[in-house]
Amino acid sequence: MADLLGKNFVPPDVIGKVTGRAKYAEDFRADGMLFCRLLLSPMPHGRVRSIDSSEALRIPGVVAVLTADEVPSIPAPGNPILTNEPCYVGEPILAVAAISETIAQDAIARIKVDLEPLPFTVDPLESLRPGGPNARIGGNTVIRREGLQEVKWTAEDFAAAEDGALPMGKPTTEWSYGDLESGFADATLVLDETFVTAGHSHHSMEPRSAMAYWQNGKCYLHGSCQSQSSAVPGVARYVGIEPENLVFVAENCGGGFGSKGGGYPIMSIPAHMAKKTGRPVMMRISRAEEYFLGSARPGFQGRIKIGFRADGRITAVDLYIVQENGPYSGFSDFTSAAGAVSIVYTPLAMRFRGIRVLTNTPPRGAQRGPGQNQIAAAVEPLIDKAARQLDLDRVAIRRINAPDNDSRYGGNQGPITSAYLRDALDLGAKRFDWESRKAQSGRRRGSKVMGVGVGQAFHSAGSSGFDGLVRLAPDGKLYIHTGVGNLGTYSYGSTSRVAAEVLKCRWENCVIVRGDSSRHLPWNLGQFGSNTSFTMTRTNYAAAMDAVRKLKEIAARDLGGSPDDYDIANERVFARSNPSRYLTYAAAARRAIQLGGRFSGRELPDDINGMTRASATALAGTGLIGVAKDNLERTGTVPALAAGFVQIELDLETGKFEILDYLGVADCGTVLHPQSLANQVKGGAVMGFGMATLERHIYDPHYGLPEVIGLHQAKPPSYMDTPLNMQWDAVNKADPQNPVGAKGIGEPLLGCAAAALLCAISDALGGHYFNRTPVVTDMIINAASAKTQSHKPLQVNTA
Amino acid sequence: MTHMVPDLVDLTAPTWSPPHDLAEVGGVGTLPGRAGMSRRDFIKGVIASGAVVSGTAFLGGCVRPTAAAQGTVERLVSLNVNGQVRRVDVLPQETLAMTLRYKLGLTGTKLGCDRAECGACTVLIDDVNYYSCSTLTHRVRGRQITTVEGLESPSGELHPVQQAFIDELGPQCGFCTPGQVMSAVALLKANPNPTREEARQAMSGNLCRCGAYDHYLNSIMRAAARGA
Ligand code: FES
Ligand code: FES
Repeated sequence: MADLLGKNFVPPDVIGKVTGRAKYAEDFRADGMLFCRLLLSPMPHGRVRSIDSSEALRIPGVVAVLTADEVPSIPAPGNPILTNEPCYVGEPILAVAAISETIAQDAIARIKVDLEPLPFTVDPLESLRPGGPNARIGGNTVIRREGLQEVKWTAEDFAAAEDGALPMGKPTTEWSYGDLESGFADATLVLDETFVTAGHSHHSMEPRSAMAYWQNGKCYLHGSCQSQSSAVPGVARYVGIEPENLVFVAENCGGGFGSKGGGYPIMSIPAHMAKKTGRPVMMRISRAEEYFLGSARPGFQGRIKIGFRADGRITAVDLYIVQENGPYSGFSDFTSAAGAVSIVYTPLAMRFRGIRVLTNTPPRGAQRGPGQNQIAAAVEPLIDKAARQLDLDRVAIRRINAPDNDSRYGGNQGPITSAYLRDALDLGAKRFDWESRKAQSGRRRGSKVMGVGVGQAFHSAGSSGFDGLVRLAPDGKLYIHTGVGNLGTYSYGSTSRVAAEVLKCRWENCVIVRGDSSRHLPWNLGQFGSNTSFTMTRTNYAAAMDAVRKLKEIAARDLGGSPDDYDIANERVFARSNPSRYLTYAAAARRAIQLGGRFSGRELPDDINGMTRASATALAGTGLIGVAKDNLERTGTVPALAAGFVQIELDLETGKFEILDYLGVADCGTVLHPQSLANQVKGGAVMGFGMATLERHIYDPHYGLPEVIGLHQAKPPSYMDTPLNMQWDAVNKADPQNPVGAKGIGEPLLGCAAAALLCAISDALGGHYFNRTPVVTDMIINAASAKTQSHKPLQVNTA
Repeated sequence: MTHMVPDLVDLTAPTWSPPHDLAEVGGVGTLPGRAGMSRRDFIKGVIASGAVVSGTAFLGGCVRPTAAAQGTVERLVSLNVNGQVRRVDVLPQETLAMTLRYKLGLTGTKLGCDRAECGACTVLIDDVNYYSCSTLTHRVRGRQITTVEGLESPSGELHPVQQAFIDELGPQCGFCTPGQVMSAVALLKANPNPTREEARQAMSGNLCRCGAYDHYLNSIMRAAARGA
């Protein structure tokens, strides 16, 4: 009974996960199902001159070939469904459907595609050079609101940069605040560093397989997607139908990390194929294909100049980022990186300049902390470098720059809702026993040396303006409809509990309705951007409050008095003055059906989204409907902040290190669900360790061929890369702009751990800064033995 | 400086070939040194049994069947899966994962890589954990196969390992979970009281991109403490 928030519970979907009953996209079957395979580009950039499928179509069992000309074309710079201008190795050119997969694959082998090779590049700086290759016909950069454009820097721009430093020609994005010049003039110490962060794949464990069929003019699509309602319009567009004609099933998603945040173009291929053949179509995506088309984090070639006062306070930051964007729209990592710097270090003055440059590498998408986490990995070790030079404690230098509730965000210095990063640092330093661990730093044991590190990261973590939808039914149960999606954080569940809390319902008496667009779901933001905990607590609060109001109105009508005379408890609405005068929720639901109108969903608020309206209309007359748009106040960016602490022992001879201990501390407002938060803190850290030291794209610059197309090459962390003991904690201070005090948190949990590990490695090496991620074993050996690294300072996609 | 691709790319290659010989990937069983079939054995098995194109064929991540001589292997086989004998029509090159998922409807066994890299497809063969994506169905005739669907008691009670995974909130996205559960069951059968380090070693053939390792280890230690 109520008091649900902050307590552990068994999320309903976890049972299916441990029993194998949870169904993911490739687990669905339909009678007469065909299989489809993709013909992939063997070259990094080319143009299809002709396609001859005649021989393939004669193979018994081959049913259809689908080309780019038969599917909606996506306007540049968008990621196409199929293409006649492949822009990376492994890009789908066409699809074949057959009665079996092997037949489809054999057919693909007999299709003659005449491809004209075109110039390509896997290095942004190469493309920016005068006369450098463009990754696409028509341009090499994407500019907001302008689309695909060509930008080249001058020979002078390149000549002006000192050896190894990032040249800084014309940017396409720029902002600043404060007085940069006097900021640097006031500084005791100025660092000016060039850095590289590698691109790397998402490699979710579930490849993005999909199955589709058509029935009565509707397309039924089983896709692997983090989000539910918010994905529907996009997927429908890719399929070429109205959203109401799409039944989108995304009950479980085997990991997305941003790469399945919404619908994506290739998800629609089985739908097109099913339409063309009149049969259900399954498209299984292989692991190698997932590395081609399964999205990746953009890499940065960057330069940052930071001014510090003697006490460590940052007076000025000048940041320039060249983003390796892949060939399509990519994601706004570089601008988010700048935003993160503005809030994590609150510099008194700051300028950001940046450009994204198209490359013939996999399409890029948001990956957990897109931009914020690359910059945490690049800049946090430099904060340590400054601390060393200014003889300051590494936690202290972070504390003095940490944001508080009055801090401002980004180029326009907008307000934030709450920030308790300093509390997270303090709590972490205490729990980790920072002072005594710090004393162990540099301690030798044979060839091994101890290192400790602290790291921090940020992500904006909340939105508003979406809809909530709940239903009290005559069976006395509360049905909570949620359209957010199920990425695996269980936040669809913890945020649904807000509705139960507001309505004071027993959790056992609540049913979460989700996972399939035909189940009458409200319009919700997707499950990405660490937003769910903030956004969905608000929508569920709004809908539940609407239901409470209606309960009291019904009670007043039936039992006399005014709605204000009533209260709720024990799944009853009762008269405050005489609790024996009450209606049970079941009785109130029956009365709502009799009364009709807004009580039963026959009349709806004007400001809700069309999808919510359709869902509520479908539910009308089945109970008391609580439905509302989240119109609660929100006046700023919602910061999710995190601090990580790491102790390692690093072997100077082998370059291997072991993480002895990890502690992650979250500033996520009020904690909703401790167990899932713990899993996020630790899981985020594991991904962070991978980003910091293991995962990277490798491309052959001469042929544009990828070297990393298997898990054993891409190296996501395994059990053996993870410390045996991991700890977590949370500041647990309420955000004032959320009705239950919650904020999101998923993303910075990766960045703070990546940064802390990189700082610990530098610490073990006596303050050696790599200016590059990942820091792989051979780089550590080279540094430990004072050898030059095998890569050049600005080189990207290196082996 | 513009690079052009030389016109040497073979468009007829049916799937992307990884740059390294898959035969070098290593053992298939996730408990090293146990009765594991090596990757090399597996590939030899495919070749020896011949590869046939048929209306029910699937691509394995490493199996690349092309039209070849008709195999001579008996296709209708009896498999002992989760304590039941199931008659099933199996192609010579068919992997156990595909038989389970597409012939027997046991979709709890997941495919994360289909090439012995991730462990999502882990099942038990005579109580030892194997990658079913890299095990030929024909090689497991007469063996006891247990999938995640076969762990619950006849009365529907969860296996203690499954219960511990719930109590500790082991999974995140859940896609690797059935494989993790199966490896954990195999571990506790072989070593009912593992140290955390032993558990980590034994589980290391099961990847989890969500990074839920610590929660999985907590689950296993809890199950062991309960005498699973
Ligand atoms: S699916 Fe078998 S090991 Fe990955
Ligand atoms: S729980 Fe998502 S891959 Fe393991």
